[in-house]
Amino acid sequence: MKRVVITGAGTINSLGQNVPDTLEAMREGRCGISELEFRDVDRLAIKIGGQVKGYDPEAVFNRQQLVLYDRFTQFTLLAAREAMAQSGIVFAGDLAVKSGVVLGNSGGGLTTQDENYRAVYEEGKNRVHPFVVPKLMNNAAASHLSMEFNVKGPSFTVATACASSNHAMGQAFHMVRSGMCTAMITGGSESMLCFGGVKAWEGLRVMSKDACRPFSATRNGMVQGEGAGIFIFEEYEHAKARGAEILAEVIGFAMSSDASDIVMPSKQGAARAIAGALKDAGVKPSEVGYINAHGTGTAANDKTECAAVADVFGRHADKLMISSTKSMHGHLIGGTGAVELLACVMALRDGVIAPTINYEEPDPECALDVVPNEAREANVDVVLSNAFAFGGLNAVLALRKL
Amino acid sequence: MDIKDKVIEIIAEQAVLEPSDVTMDSTLEDLGIDSLGLVESIFAIEEAFDISVPFNANDPQESDFDISSVASIVAGIEKLVQEQKS
Repeated sequence: MKRVVITGAGTINSLGQNVPDTLEAMREGRCGISELEFRDVDRLAIKIGGQVKGYDPEAVFNRQQLVLYDRFTQFTLLAAREAMAQSGIVFAGDLAVKSGVVLGNSGGGLTTQDENYRAVYEEGKNRVHPFVVPKLMNNAAASHLSMEFNVKGPSFTVATACASSNHAMGQAFHMVRSGMCTAMITGGSESMLCFGGVKAWEGLRVMSKDACRPFSATRNGMVQGEGAGIFIFEEYEHAKARGAEILAEVIGFAMSSDASDIVMPSKQGAARAIAGALKDAGVKPSEVGYINAHGTGTAANDKTECAAVADVFGRHADKLMISSTKSMHGHLIGGTGAVELLACVMALRDGVIAPTINYEEPDPECALDVVPNEAREANVDVVLSNAFAFGGLNAVLALRKL
Repeated sequence: MDIKDKVIEIIAEQAVLEPSDVTMDSTLEDLGIDSLGLVESIFAIEEAFDISVPFNANDPQESDFDISSVASIVAGIEKLVQEQKS
């Protein structure tokens, strides 16, 4: 089996429009969640989100591009350009054919759908723009990356709700580890912050009206975010031969299905994915120094996740650190695992553990070291990133310092 | 602005040209407008004149709408506007 390393990272999210700004915000425990700004927001009960602000699409993309790029595709392209520049990899010849794009996404071009449904239903129009379908399809972002970077191997999009990005990156990892591909552009993106997108989530009544407070006894729900995180996964010898800077090694991945409920999480399902990732990576539980939690800030997720971690790690659960950066950037749904993997890379490379901000009061059901409110310096060698989706689909990645 | 000028403006925008570079005997191919560009142009024309253009992108030859040149498109639009607005 081949070894798999990360040679490039890129992002845009409510904390920053590139990796350095995002990591700085995480180090400082800054909150990217603010008042939502879009049409009809006054008709929503939930008015906050991790919205990307100060971003002008027309400054980056031309008119012909914007006709085809929904906001989630724009985010994906911007993050991928940063990751590709850092990696320095150029897809040409055999390398192009042996490389692919696997992205996580849940809602596709939801803003495009929203705008066009509004036009035909509310405004009574009988005609929509001819590119509505290629703009809203949730493989649009993967396709545009393949075109922009000349990637000619297997490319597709994975949709497993809140675990989409982790499932996508796990797939990319498998494809490089098996020797099927030399390099993969992977990660995920989401942009559901529009009237219809937030209205749908409101219906579930799991959204907080004021803040995302994972693991805190005072938590009252999740807050949505938007953005993208993109990584270049590359076969180790290939990266070494071309002198690429290696950010971290991907060492394990596991998936499980709860097979129980469409929304309620299961401790057993989560625990099987966590334990599976450790086994796949060939590491002992005691080697894990940090877990980037799924940590949505809902009552159900946070206590179930802590119980699963306690089950898998036993006594070591009290020694490791576990934090939820969703407290800062919100829940990016299909893109969330990708942005959260940045916190894992920061832990391994910079020895900085991103905090769980908005932490107010301990919850006996979440009695782990959640790195409350302030980032911490710590030397960790192995980290995990958890994602547990609606539908009971779980995906956990393991990374190591290299 | 009359129908001809408006149609030329729409086609020019699609071709990323100045309207003065679009002549009546230009074909869409001359102007570098591909099949997607054509569909987008027809959408813009329908919006501009509030008409419906009988054009099937699956089979342009079968459509009851002549797209062989700018002149034929303008003539077709003028006819449709007259029919659909009267």
